[in-house]
Amino acid sequence: MSAGDIAFVIVLAVGTFAAIRLVTSRNVVRAALYLVVTLATVAASYILLGAEFVGWVQVLIYVGAIVVLVLFGLMLTRAPIGRDTLDNQQRGVAAAVAVVVLAGLAYLVLDAFGGVRFAVPATKVSEVGASLFSGYVLPFEVVSVLLLAALIGAVVIARKDERDDAATQGEPRGAARGART
Amino acid sequence: MIHLAYPLLLSAMLFSAGVYGVLARRNAILVLMSIELMLNAVNVNLVAFSQYLHQLTGQIFALFVITVAAAEIGIGLAIVILIYRNRESVDVDKIDLLKW
Repeated sequence: MSAGDIAFVIVLAVGTFAAIRLVTSRNVVRAALYLVVTLATVAASYILLGAEFVGWVQVLIYVGAIVVLVLFGLMLTRAPIGRDTLDNQQRGVAAAVAVVVLAGLAYLVLDAFGGVRFAVPATKVSEVGASLFSGYVLPFEVVSVLLLAALIGAVVIARKDERDDAATQGEPRGAARGART
Repeated sequence: MIHLAYPLLLSAMLFSAGVYGVLARRNAILVLMSIELMLNAVNVNLVAFSQYLHQLTGQIFALFVITVAAAEIGIGLAIVILIYRNRESVDVDKIDLLKW
């Protein structure tokens, strides 16, 4: 076993533990913090694979931005804590499906690539940049437009409609809404 | 030299955990987190094979997937917050208006 193998086994163990705790935790904030650990182990695996740029992008976007977004979402929605309110009654079926998926994937992976070893090439950031801006310019631009659309869409969906509120004042839309105001 | 199987097994683990989370969780935000887990599993596979085959396409694609995932979680959380504002709950089992 080489040093890379040992490091990868550690990443695999930590990632597995954190992912399982993430989907079984009974506290939503704790689940979000396990999400940080899981995403960080994924970033570590990118770096162990020599994909430095993707690894740091993972740290910046996932650990930096998406987790903060999820935590804000958790803060804005009051979520009850406890097993019955967080999990539904299909736990057994879900666990069976997940185990079958895992067994199938693991069998396929070990069958096809069980003994394959390879020397990790170090990908330079300049190579990624050159490839991104030569062969993949069009998808890059499309993705930027998609991000803009998502940004505007999220703002439009999540903001409070002031005119609507003024129009329906006095006759709340539902019982829950009336109870709150 | 590392085994190609390790990243692929990590990916399989993350994906199955995500499948379990999507099927078993009731809180919509936890479901979104499980979806992120599955997208990450795909990315691990893309990067692993990109390095194994010495082709950059996989890494570029992983970057695109990360971007689209960021857009998806933004819209998803906006929808969840809108549902919470209207129904005082983010329980996906109770959001069944479009069910037959």
